[in-house]
Amino acid sequence: MFEKALVGNKKYFTLIAILLTIILISFFVYIYQLKNGLIITGMGRDVSWGLYISQFTYLVGVAAAALMVVLPCYLHNYKQFARITVLGEFMAVSAVIMCMLFIFIDLGRPDRVLNVLLHPTPNSVMFWDMVVLSVYLLLNIVTGWMVLQYERNEVKPPLWVRTLIYIAIPWAPLIHTVTAFLYAGLPGRGYWLTAIMAPRFLASAFCAGPALLILLAFIIKRTSKFDVGNDSIQMLAKIATYALIANVFFLFCELFTVLYSQIPEHLDHFKFLIIGLEGQFQYVPLTWVSIIFMLVAIILLIVPKYRKTKVLLITACFLTLVGTWIDKGLLLMVGGFVPNPFGEIIIYWPTFFESIITMGVWSFGVLILVILYKIAIAVRCEIEL
Amino acid sequence: MYDKGKIIAGLIIGMLIIMLPFWLNIGKTRKLPDPKLSEKAKLAEKCILPTDEMRSAHQVLLVEWRDLAVRDGERLYYSEYNQKKYEISLENTCMDCHSNKKEFCDECHNFAGVTGGSSPTCWNCHNEPKE
Amino acid sequence: MDKIDRRLFLKIASLSILGVTAGSLLEVVNPKDFKDNSIEPLTKLKAKRWAMAIDLTAINEAIINNCINKCHVTHNVPNLRDKQHEVKWIWQEKYSAVFNEGDNDFNLTTLYKNKNIPVLCNQCDNPPCVRVCPTKATFSRDDGIVVMDMHRCIGCRFCMAACPYGSRSFNWTDPRPYIDKINEEYPTREKGVVEKCDFCMERLDRGELPICVEESKNTIIFGDIGNKNSEIYNILSRRTFLRRKEHLGTRPQIFYLI
Repeated sequence: MFEKALVGNKKYFTLIAILLTIILISFFVYIYQLKNGLIITGMGRDVSWGLYISQFTYLVGVAAAALMVVLPCYLHNYKQFARITVLGEFMAVSAVIMCMLFIFIDLGRPDRVLNVLLHPTPNSVMFWDMVVLSVYLLLNIVTGWMVLQYERNEVKPPLWVRTLIYIAIPWAPLIHTVTAFLYAGLPGRGYWLTAIMAPRFLASAFCAGPALLILLAFIIKRTSKFDVGNDSIQMLAKIATYALIANVFFLFCELFTVLYSQIPEHLDHFKFLIIGLEGQFQYVPLTWVSIIFMLVAIILLIVPKYRKTKVLLITACFLTLVGTWIDKGLLLMVGGFVPNPFGEIIIYWPTFFESIITMGVWSFGVLILVILYKIAIAVRCEIEL
Repeated sequence: MYDKGKIIAGLIIGMLIIMLPFWLNIGKTRKLPDPKLSEKAKLAEKCILPTDEMRSAHQVLLVEWRDLAVRDGERLYYSEYNQKKYEISLENTCMDCHSNKKEFCDECHNFAGVTGGSSPTCWNCHNEPKE
Repeated sequence: MDKIDRRLFLKIASLSILGVTAGSLLEVVNPKDFKDNSIEPLTKLKAKRWAMAIDLTAINEAIINNCINKCHVTHNVPNLRDKQHEVKWIWQEKYSAVFNEGDNDFNLTTLYKNKNIPVLCNQCDNPPCVRVCPTKATFSRDDGIVVMDMHRCIGCRFCMAACPYGSRSFNWTDPRPYIDKINEEYPTREKGVVEKCDFCMERLDRGELPICVEESKNTIIFGDIGNKNSEIYNILSRRTFLRRKEHLGTRPQIFYLI
């Protein structure tokens, strides 16, 4: 099937060329980082994780969101999604690969990464995260690819493939839960020390993932003969709506506990993000942009008339993606690390080089996504036409 | 077979590139390594293990010493070979005696290509003896 | 013999040249003075649980600065001036910033509010950094010291996120250019690994006290808290002390006497 990725029109190859260029440039910047150390990033002794790790966290969510097409199809027999489960699985493949790359580029000694396997440490959540992510990657590559191949040959996938699919279903929330546990178990970080972190992560993942899939579906419809279909898109939009509402609700629960209990160690982080602390307001606008985007998206998604209008649906998906990205893909780190253990305020912004490397990893993910989608769509068109 | 000519030409070029190290070094000879002992090492007569063992397995010993000192807090080593006790320390024991790293360590390491990316990273942190 | 013939001259000359050369060789290492590297058995300092008490009523900035300086010189801690990229094993912070939990408007803060006090790794009995490390690069010794194995650290900085005290430093860049004078007897670190105070475990293993304790003019007391006859045990059972963020359950082993 891979030969499908090797033919395409001019636009396809232009896109590939652009992505490869960005990857190449960022690769050289990464070499520069290897030579000079992580000093070229905006991170420091207080905000010791930054854009890289927050991208990783956000993308674990995107990967887990494949569940939102696989589960209705295989557990509720929602046939509409049978045509697009592979799109969800391939999105997960690309996202998990990006996750791994983001972890890798964040390491101070990437040459020693295999020490994690050489000295396995079951009490470390990071060890488990590596395990569950690797397994999830394999599950999605194998199931996505095999299902596509069997459908192409017009036979039902064999039992072992279906078994893997059923394993992948609980595995999706598992990866994001373990990722939340990276943060939620640290005694000194009031912003992260909350039992609702994993549920909140899952809620934000299950709205951002379907929103991304809807946007991808519209792009696919414009650039190929494959139409995901209005019913599927509307169903995805409904799923995103519920998840987004859950996400905002969880945020509200979080805020209530922190604001009403008024324990400074928890409160100060939220104050810093929402109203500013000690005269420092750097992240306040971003926080509000995130909250307002999510609220507007809820209104656009919840009213059937708006949801069924293409422009508004696209807007809502875009707002959802940006809103959750600011929340999880940037502020999660700042909120967790500031104020620092001595109560000082430290301002973190990614540097130019850090952003280039980040863009490079994203481009690599998009490249994989484009190639896998090209294959999937070509095969689907072949089956359906 | 389609494009026979192109495929065979490609294979040949590929082989030539893969064998580049052979082509570049063809006809060259290299001096065998000749590590020299420092005066102090000569006078000590015996290292902590027989010479051939040190030659073939010093890296294993170093890793053992590393784990003993850092992980077990055990900094005393008893050599059965010369029946003496030593502090487990690369800088203060090994390199104090073998203070001529360039003529001793590097001599073989350079010859065997244990340099650059494949070199032991000891000296990124441990201090090389001043020569 | 009053005439030196050519043959004899050559003999004497060559012998004396040999003598001079041999002499210069012997100057390098005289076999009589030769001492190989073997040592007497080390008298290690041992404890059930090492702990440290810092007497805030007695310590002053001059002493603290001296401790910091001696520690950092001994352990080749680089001097990066950029605050966010600093590496530090022991340093000073305002009392009000160290004990900043809750409402500190009254009581002790008024007494010590603007006083600088030393902070270092708390050598927790229940260390979160050890719990999270994915490679066991940081681990607890049997005597309670939380050790960094620089050979194993992958630089993921999970321990820095886990430490509630900000006691850990990452090498954001190659530290060597920032070390004024390298102490040849102690290794440096390299870029990409995390480091921190380790209670001078290499000194304890050779029978010496931590360097800051030695330099503290008796304002820092160090000893075995697991031994009821030790000085530190007695002081802690007599005097009032604080520990940083005790409520987190990390059981820090740095006690601040007040």
